[in-house]
Amino acid sequence: MNAPNYDKPLPDITALTRPFWDGLREHRLVLQACARCHTVRHYPRPVCDRCYSMESVWVTGSGRGTLHSWTVNHHPFHFAFKRESPFITSTVDLAEGVRMQAPLRDADASQLELGMPVELVFEDMTPELTLPAFRLA
Amino acid sequence: MSIRDQACVTGIGETKYTRETTRTQAELTFEAALAAIADAGLEPKDIDGVVPYVMGGVIAEDFITNFGLPDLRYSALTPMGGASSVAALQNAALAVAGGLANHVLITLGRGALSTGRITDRIGQMPQFRVVGEFEMPMGTVAPAQFYAPMARRHMELYGTTSEQLGEIAVTFRKHALLHDNAMMQKPMTLADHQASRMIADPLRLYDCCLESAGAAAVVISRADRARDLRQPPVYIGGVAEGHPDSPSTITQRPDICRIGLAKAAPKAFAMAGVTHQDIDVAEIYDCFTYIVLCQLEDMGFCAKGEGGAFVQGGRIALGGELPVNTHGGLLSQAHIAGMNHIVELTRQLRGQAGARQVANAEVGLVTGYGDLGDGSIAILHR
Repeated sequence: MNAPNYDKPLPDITALTRPFWDGLREHRLVLQACARCHTVRHYPRPVCDRCYSMESVWVTGSGRGTLHSWTVNHHPFHFAFKRESPFITSTVDLAEGVRMQAPLRDADASQLELGMPVELVFEDMTPELTLPAFRLA
Repeated sequence: MSIRDQACVTGIGETKYTRETTRTQAELTFEAALAAIADAGLEPKDIDGVVPYVMGGVIAEDFITNFGLPDLRYSALTPMGGASSVAALQNAALAVAGGLANHVLITLGRGALSTGRITDRIGQMPQFRVVGEFEMPMGTVAPAQFYAPMARRHMELYGTTSEQLGEIAVTFRKHALLHDNAMMQKPMTLADHQASRMIADPLRLYDCCLESAGAAAVVISRADRARDLRQPPVYIGGVAEGHPDSPSTITQRPDICRIGLAKAAPKAFAMAGVTHQDIDVAEIYDCFTYIVLCQLEDMGFCAKGEGGAFVQGGRIALGGELPVNTHGGLLSQAHIAGMNHIVELTRQLRGQAGARQVANAEVGLVTGYGDLGDGSIAILHR
């Protein structure tokens, strides 16, 4: 990935997961689903754990979800996250029935409760890389 | 075929545990291994099986070369992070029960630079491929950050408090003060815990384990070969490993507060033929305070959600109903990835734990936890 001034960890993108990242760059949430039983799955994987089909399709997600849990990162552990610490990381139940983790922006941690509605936003990090984040809806 | 009571811990060995070292992982590993072999009353040439720690690079061939082993005929690895050591007990017990080896050496060492800091190490582990792509780019890069959302959800659902987590840290520190090979020798109060800085909410500094250098080793022998050795045999009554749903990322787990040990524990108890009331002492993998609480629940010592109340009131302290981590654990003795827990349980069941000895300890359990939720458990008895 071409990112000369970008110092955060980069995702090690594979052929299997490329559509998810391409979707983010186009500001679309793209989720993998089974072509046979239509079960949405995340993170992407080669086989459906419901029906074992190896055929998959990509569907566009709503970006809407609810708060499953969170943490406030006070210690960054990686130097590149030091400048934004403390920051909230949220674990979100998406409306499509899968879960994903991403930063929660513009929220007061002391006001958070399980089940709060959130929505996905797109953060362009480099011309090649867009990362997901959430905001309270 | 059951492997119940067919294998014994016959030798234990440890190096001095320190924060830093100039010694290599190999040097420390061989020192602990030689100590364990001598403790058993064996010679290195008697070792015919090895299960070394995955991370670092000490492999079966190194033992052949350095110990002059003439006939190493069994070797394996158990790549489960902090669950590896106790999972290695299962592996070694199977090997000796099946007649593949007589004396299997299990080792774990953490030396200078060889294994690096935790965030460097986990990046090399295949089990972390998924989080490496989908979570680390957004800032979730270290274990405290992986596990904090489990603890936060537990608090939100069940009312678990930071003070309850603190009770775990304070108790283990008290135990460490009774051990001359524990890194932490300064008393800790609940107020100290509450004043410690936040790392990944709700985990404070004193909810997090140490980073350490050192090594520990144990020898597992066939039961019929164990009786004539130097130490009283400690039998492996039951042993099991368990992997959580969605093992490579906590985020995708249906219940993020439930870990692999929930699947393993009933199997180990059934194999050993004991109940929770029979457990005199427990050495529980304690990378973080919350993980101890979660394991107490998932093993069935209390219901899910009741772990906070369970750890209060001195119940898990020496003298309590279920003394836990009598050596101080990873939180206050040293982070030897659970091998030090096996060493301590063996000492307790031999009656060799000195000031920390649990009176009349006959049956105990030791757990491992790692790789975002893998669990392992062994029930040992004298």
